[in-house]
Formats: sequence, structure tokens, C-alpha cells
Amino acid sequence: MTTTARPRRRSRAGFVPDRLLGPIGIAAFALLLEVLPRSGAVSPDDLPPFSAIVRALADEAGGGAFWGALLDTLRGWGYGLAIALAAGLGLGLLIGSVPFLREATASTIEFLRPIPSVALVPLAVLLYGTRLGSTLMLVVYAATWPILLQAVHGVQDVDPVARETAASFRFSRWARLRHVVWPTALPYLLTGVRLAASVALILAVAGELIIGAPGLGSEIALAQASNAVADMYALILVTGALGVGVNLLTRALERRVLAWHTSIRTEVPA
Amino acid sequence: MTALLDVCGLRKTYQAADRTVEAVRDLTFGIGDGELACIVGPSGAGKTTLLKCVAGLLAPSGGEVVLEGRPVHGPPENMAVVFQEYGRSLFPWMTVEQNIELPLKQKKVAKRRRGELVAEALESVGLADAGGAYPWQLSGGMQQRVAIARAVAYEPSVLLMDEPFAAVDAQTRAELEDLTRELWQRLGMTVLFVTHDIEEAVYLGQRVLVLSAAPTVIMEDAVIDLPAEREQLATRSDPRFAELRAHIYSLVQQAKTYHDGAEPRS
Repeated sequence: MTTTARPRRRSRAGFVPDRLLGPIGIAAFALLLEVLPRSGAVSPDDLPPFSAIVRALADEAGGGAFWGALLDTLRGWGYGLAIALAAGLGLGLLIGSVPFLREATASTIEFLRPIPSVALVPLAVLLYGTRLGSTLMLVVYAATWPILLQAVHGVQDVDPVARETAASFRFSRWARLRHVVWPTALPYLLTGVRLAASVALILAVAGELIIGAPGLGSEIALAQASNAVADMYALILVTGALGVGVNLLTRALERRVLAWHTSIRTEVPA
Repeated sequence: MTALLDVCGLRKTYQAADRTVEAVRDLTFGIGDGELACIVGPSGAGKTTLLKCVAGLLAPSGGEVVLEGRPVHGPPENMAVVFQEYGRSLFPWMTVEQNIELPLKQKKVAKRRRGELVAEALESVGLADAGGAYPWQLSGGMQQRVAIARAVAYEPSVLLMDEPFAAVDAQTRAELEDLTRELWQRLGMTVLFVTHDIEEAVYLGQRVLVLSAAPTVIMEDAVIDLPAEREQLATRSDPRFAELRAHIYSLVQQAKTYHDGAEPRS
């Protein structure tokens, strides 16, 4: 019952601690962005120095339009992801646990899934114009698939011994679902959610950019059209930071919920 | 002794797309109330198939299993199974206590009583302090103790054990064998213990049923007339133990080729 301490991670670089490597990488990238335009290697008109981008970002952050756009994007992302989660989870659990449905839907899913969400832009515009609905439609379409497929696979991964154990102790149907199938599918689902969360963000921004629905995407298009190059880069950096944030959030969720799972737990060798 | 568990003419054939495999041909035996019987046989003798049919996890192709006068068509309520693969049989997402308690919840045991049963069961396998741990934080032998505790807490009249100690080291195995005897004597349940280990079968059982190679029949129903008090060193060095072991050993050797010559092989 002893929990062994995680072996101290040796630095791969040898002289800097591992946890500093990430920040050092970011700093190096920022420095590159600063030096490239200043040295004349890239025209500052195409790529303003990093300091100018940061200044533009600070200006943006001072105005209400930016925060409104950020909120719109987060709303499109969040609502879309929530709908995709509900739909993907419900359908996935159902399809995964009924062999007949699995057989019947497999080829349809394989046909529908690779359709790029962006191909639905004309349809979305037709249905919802430039309102939130059009962004949502793209986000939901793209984000449902990873969750649905992960749910279908997860449900089928129940260990035969675990299933027989549940059967031998006469677990009710509900108890099997709640205590055996659900925990088995959960790691799959969370991977699905993590993938879906990134895809949803991409589609939210892409939708706004192409359709012009309110959000960071349309702000980027606006900045580009009005030749505010530094602002455009600033907004792009924000979308990148959002992506990192989303990933950190889902990772943290995984660590919390799956503390028992082989990918996360620290095991004592038997 | 009246038979608590009756297996009559049990037959199991597996139907694959292009061929039929006859796993169990004809098994008939009875296990008396409170008896500890071991089943040995060469690998592939259909031991697990037999056990799954008895446990109601697998429908036989013919014959029937009768437990306390009632034919078994699904897992019976007064039976518990200890599987060989303890690591997969215990749920890693639950603590030891939760693992033991869940079957009791399914049995609709009152909360208070559940707590008592869990504590008693853990105590009886020597893991009184491990309730809050997760199974994967324990060693293999301890995990199998948890699985045994889960079965014991369920208060079954019949305990089925499917090669439960095949995956643990020799020392742990000896401890778990003694634990099994002790629990059996103390709780008075009927135990059906499947193993491929002849010594283990002779050491543990009051009776040893020797199975032939598939298609399975019973070759011999041997009574183990060793003293009831068994102890790893003394019992195993008893001349009678050596005799019985040699006898069962030669039977198992014969079992491997039991069907050769008796019928033309296709």
C-alpha cells in the first residue's frame, strides 16, 4: 500500500530543469518574432516585431470590442461542445452497446465523418445567416464525431472478466452500465472530449472568419481588411492561447477523473 | 451427505462457423453440502468451461446443473466466483471497500450490515487496513485476497474458484491455500476449486475429481483421506500425501491421452 514517489525527472538538456524548458521555448520564439522583422529578414509590414504585436494586444484588451468578440467565440465553442457532448455521448453509448445498431450505422458514420465541417458553410449561412447558429452548426458537426466514435469504442472495451464478475454477482442492468461500462468507457470519452474541444475551437474561429459571425474570427478578418497587421497577429496569438488553455483544462479534468487509470496512476510493482 | 450441487450429464459443444468443438462430453457428479472438492485435469480439459456452466455464466448444450434443488439457468444468488485474473476481476476505479460492497448493494443488503460484512471479510483475509486502498496499489497476492474477501462477504453457500492462485508466486500461493482451507472450515460453505496443480488439489481437497482431456469426462473421483488439519510442511511430507499425489499424477498423465485408441481420431 505504499505509494512510491515519482522518480525525479532528470533534465533532458542536462543543465536546465525540465519545467523551465517550456517557458524558455516560448521566450526563444518571441525573440525570433522580434528579431526577424527588425533584422530585415522579413518585412515589418508583413510581420510586425513581437513587441508591436504585444502593444496591439494591450490596446485591444483596453477596448470592449475585443472582450465581446472573445466572449462570442467562447460561447460558440462552449455551446457547440456541450451540444456535441450530449449528442455524441447519447448516440455513442447507444450505438456501442447494441451490436445491431453498430453494424447498421458503421458505414454511414464512416461516410459522414470525413466531410469537412467547412463544407457545410453555405448550408449554415442559408439556415442561420451570420448569427451564432451558423457557427454552432459547424462546431457541433465537427466535434460530435470524436466523442461519438470514442464512446462507441469505449463501450465495447469492457473486460470479459469484469463482465463475468458483474454477471456472477447478479448486477442489475443499470449497475452494469453505471459501475462497469461507464468507468470503462470514461477514458475513451475524455480523449474524445479533448479532441472535440480543440476541433470545436478551430471550427468556431474558422466559422466566424468565413461567415462573419461575431467573434475573434471576424475580428481577425476585420483587422486584416483594415490593414491593422499587428492587431491581426495579436488576435491570432489569442486564439492560440485559447487552444492551450482548452488543452490544459481537459488534461486537468482527465487527471482528476481518471486517477485510477493506468495512464495516470503510479503503480506499485506487484 | 446430500448433494448440494448436482451436475447431471453436462455437455458443452462450441459452434464455430465451420466446425463444432466438443469441449465437455458428459460430466456427472455431486458435491455435498459443506464439502471442499477440487477439480484437476490437463490443460485444455474444459475445466473453465465446466466452472462457467456451474456458475450459470455459460449455458450448457445438454444436461443440467442443479443447485439446492433448483436448476441453474443464470448466475444463482447463493454462489460467488473467484476468478484467476484478480487484476481484471476487481474494478480499478473503486477502492477495496467499494469493490467488496458493490455486490452486497446489488443483493440489497442494508447499509449497516454491508459495513459489517465488508469489515469482517477484510479482517478474515488479513487486510483489515486496506479498505481505502485501490486494488492496483496492492500486490498480486493481496489483490486475490480482496477478491476472496468480496466473495466471502457475499455469504454464498457455494464458492467457485477458477485456478485462483495460478498467477501468484509459490510463497503467496501457500498462504492463500491455507487461507482457503481456514475460511472453508470456519464459514462452512461448499467450495469447488478448479486447478491444474495436482499438489494443490491434493493439499486442499477432501475430494479430487480428475478430468480427462477434451471432450471431457470424469476419470476418477478420488477421496483424499488426509487428516482434516493440514499444514504446508507436515501434510506435504506425509507418505499418504505422496501416494495420493502420485496416483492423481498418473491419472492426469493418462488423461492427456484418454481418448486415443478408445475411438478413431478424425
